Amino acid sequence: MVRNKRHDKLFTGLVFGTAAYTLLMVGLVAFSVTKGSLDIFTEEGIQFITGSDWNAVEGRESFGAYPYIIGTLLSSAIALAIGVPISLAIAVFISEIAPPRIGTPLSFITELLAAVPSIIYGLWALFVFRFWVRDLIEKPLYDAFHGYLPFFAKTPFGLDIFTAGIVLAIMIIPIISSICREVMRVVPDSQREAAYSLGATRWETVRMAVFPYVKSGLVGASMLGLGRAIGETILVTMIIGNVVGPSAIPTSFFSQGQTLSSLVANEFNEASSELHLSALIALGAILFILTMGINIVARLLVKKKMKVSSGAKAQ
Amino acid sequence: MAIEESLERKEALVESVKYKVSIENVDGWYGTKRAIKDINLKVREKTVTAFIGPSGCGKTTLIRCLNRMHEMTPGARVDGRIIVDGINIYDKSIDAVIIRRRIGMVFQKPNPFPTMSIFENVAAGLRLNGINNKTIIREIVEESLKNAALWDEVKNELHIPGMSLSGGQQQRLCIARALAMQPEVLLMDEPTSSLDPIGASKIEELVRTLKDSVTIIIVTHNMQQAARVSDFTAFMYLGDMIEYGATNQIFMKPEKELTERYVSGKFV
Amino acid sequence: MNSSNNYRDIVQETVTKKYKKRLFVNKLVTIFTVVCVIAAIVPLCSILLEVVKNGISAISFDFLTQPQGSIGSGSGGVAPAIQGTIIVVGLASLIAAPIGVLTGIYLSEFAKEGTFPYLVRFFNDVLTGLPSIVIGIVGYVLIVLTLGSFSVLAGALSLSIIMMPIVVRVTEETLKIVPHSLREAGYSLGLSKAKVTLRIVVPAAKNGILTGIVIAISRIAGETAPLIMTILGTSLFFTGITGPVDALPLRIWRLASQPYESAHAFGWGSALVLILMILALSLGLRYLVLKRSPYKGIA
Repeated sequence: MVRNKRHDKLFTGLVFGTAAYTLLMVGLVAFSVTKGSLDIFTEEGIQFITGSDWNAVEGRESFGAYPYIIGTLLSSAIALAIGVPISLAIAVFISEIAPPRIGTPLSFITELLAAVPSIIYGLWALFVFRFWVRDLIEKPLYDAFHGYLPFFAKTPFGLDIFTAGIVLAIMIIPIISSICREVMRVVPDSQREAAYSLGATRWETVRMAVFPYVKSGLVGASMLGLGRAIGETILVTMIIGNVVGPSAIPTSFFSQGQTLSSLVANEFNEASSELHLSALIALGAILFILTMGINIVARLLVKKKMKVSSGAKAQ
Repeated sequence: MAIEESLERKEALVESVKYKVSIENVDGWYGTKRAIKDINLKVREKTVTAFIGPSGCGKTTLIRCLNRMHEMTPGARVDGRIIVDGINIYDKSIDAVIIRRRIGMVFQKPNPFPTMSIFENVAAGLRLNGINNKTIIREIVEESLKNAALWDEVKNELHIPGMSLSGGQQQRLCIARALAMQPEVLLMDEPTSSLDPIGASKIEELVRTLKDSVTIIIVTHNMQQAARVSDFTAFMYLGDMIEYGATNQIFMKPEKELTERYVSGKFV
Repeated sequence: MNSSNNYRDIVQETVTKKYKKRLFVNKLVTIFTVVCVIAAIVPLCSILLEVVKNGISAISFDFLTQPQGSIGSGSGGVAPAIQGTIIVVGLASLIAAPIGVLTGIYLSEFAKEGTFPYLVRFFNDVLTGLPSIVIGIVGYVLIVLTLGSFSVLAGALSLSIIMMPIVVRVTEETLKIVPHSLREAGYSLGLSKAKVTLRIVVPAAKNGILTGIVIAISRIAGETAPLIMTILGTSLFFTGITGPVDALPLRIWRLASQPYESAHAFGWGSALVLILMILALSLGLRYLVLKRSPYKGIA
């Protein structure tokens, strides 16, 4: 018995220690990001956020993150605008429309999509998909609108913010749709039956009994997707065009651009000075704050929904 | 003599009353499992008919066939004909969406829409079906809540969430929601099974009043309830319809031994 | 009753007038969802097709066993990258899997409620959501700067931070569905909490936990961004834990940005190898471990 007790204490201590390790890791990330970006923030101050120069030549160094913040937000916004409706539709099809013998393999396929490494999405996007985008979407849009709508101006190459947004959408669709499916599963069948019994069609049932019940969960799922899109690096690096400085501020959907993460990936190994490195790490710091905020809000929304619903189920 | 004559006349009257719902050779399936077998039953207009039987006997499956709710379960299907007002609701040319307007349903557990207010819950079906006239909606909501005996309790707080009512009130809200669609038949699937005795007795009272305007079919596992509220009773066992007749007859003078054993409580 | 019949007519009239349009909208939405499903499957098919088609011609014995030849020549192979991926991912797994499982045990068995477990769960979620390139900064600042060299160690640390929260979550979720009666049975035999947890609860959840670990390994095996700032990506074989090394995702990226057809072919070949490695891992788990496990009931 005494030995048992000692074992227990030892084991409890061990698992407690490992749990504390999680906190330590978040602390280390925060510490590293802060330490690494300290130089540039003391040098440039708030200018680093608002400035748009990017000059690494020694003696004339000047760094500003503004164009890449815009590039990140724009490419992610395109990804969400395309990805969210499609994800929702897929989730609705799998969980509300398709019979299980079609739905189950389909959900397996979407899981499979989520498991494809982003570098492989990137490779495919660079050598295959961007030509589809250029020829099938961008050129027709350009031909139809470039005279009137400024955001379709610029001759499309397929290596631009628009392509990056679409490929990001393809990447986040499996993530968003599987969380949406998960969230929609907590809607009790009694809710659907209530709608059907009033004469609702399938779609009206989804609109009336399913969506309102899990609205915050669906918003949360989209925000988790947004978090992924904002943070995605290598895929974006391969197809966004990679320009730096003021010209990286997009003027059209078909502008070559740059995101926070893609610039870090592109220049990290060629950084010429301490200050340049610090500037790159500071881009990571902005990314850190941006995604952490989005993720915290998103998780709260998804969790709240799960809690409320399981409470309602138990009633 | 006078009494006999009036009895005769009453019987003739009963004969002439048309059947609201005719169930003809209905089989209900879950995959390869046949949950109800070759059911035949005619339900008279503006009466209360109770389906009774031990759990698993198929009474809930049968009632869910009556508004084509059964087929919403994956793998489930129905064979046979169910005729409501002369129309076979399983006819290929008829969409379930139209059928369900005429046949309302109330479920075991109250299921108001949690994000909607009391008013919106009752109006939900009307809005869904394309009725936009606000005056008419308001009138129908008020009338439905009155018919569901809920109006007096909620008339000053129509905007509060339907979920904030008590269980019994929620169930009456669901009845009002069904009534708002002006159904001709109201299906009730064990509507009091999740309620306390007071809530349950209010629903029973409501059933007795409502039969003046709608035909009611109620599933219950509670024999006393069937005896109290219904005019006709069907006893089911293992997917078969064992016996169907006037409630008095089923409870007092059942023809089949199984029925007798069940209603006298000797059943395992 | 009169008014009620009146309403009935109004309702019936509207329903008859509008139901065709409603059914049409319903059909339209259904078609839209099907189109979206197809739109999601097309890229998957295209990706797999292209990787296999372009990859298979690049793969040879040399490709799998030799370091890269001179740039643009199309000779040699990507063996250092394969080796590096195995080493870095292996090391990261050795760090993250035990810590992750133990943390999951802590959350599920030892501290379900309270401030500290709440914080652990919260920060675990924070870690899950962080972009991998941010996590790469940790390896760079803490290890690369300290050692003065890009290293296996820095890469493994970064990847382990990405992997750990996934393992934690899966472990906690899986342990939660182990029935309570199993634990009670253990306690009734007089076993200590440690023994009940390690001998009864964890084995019962073994399959779920292992699956979670494999998913997490597959995830980090495909990571590129944090490796840029930690292992650098030389084209040489492993020289030591404190030295730089190569990895498949990194190699694919470098190859894809070279202007030579032969490099692109090598990129596709590496992609195929990477996918096959991930596939082998999960199939291996399924056939070697799960089949023999006596515990099939849970997860």
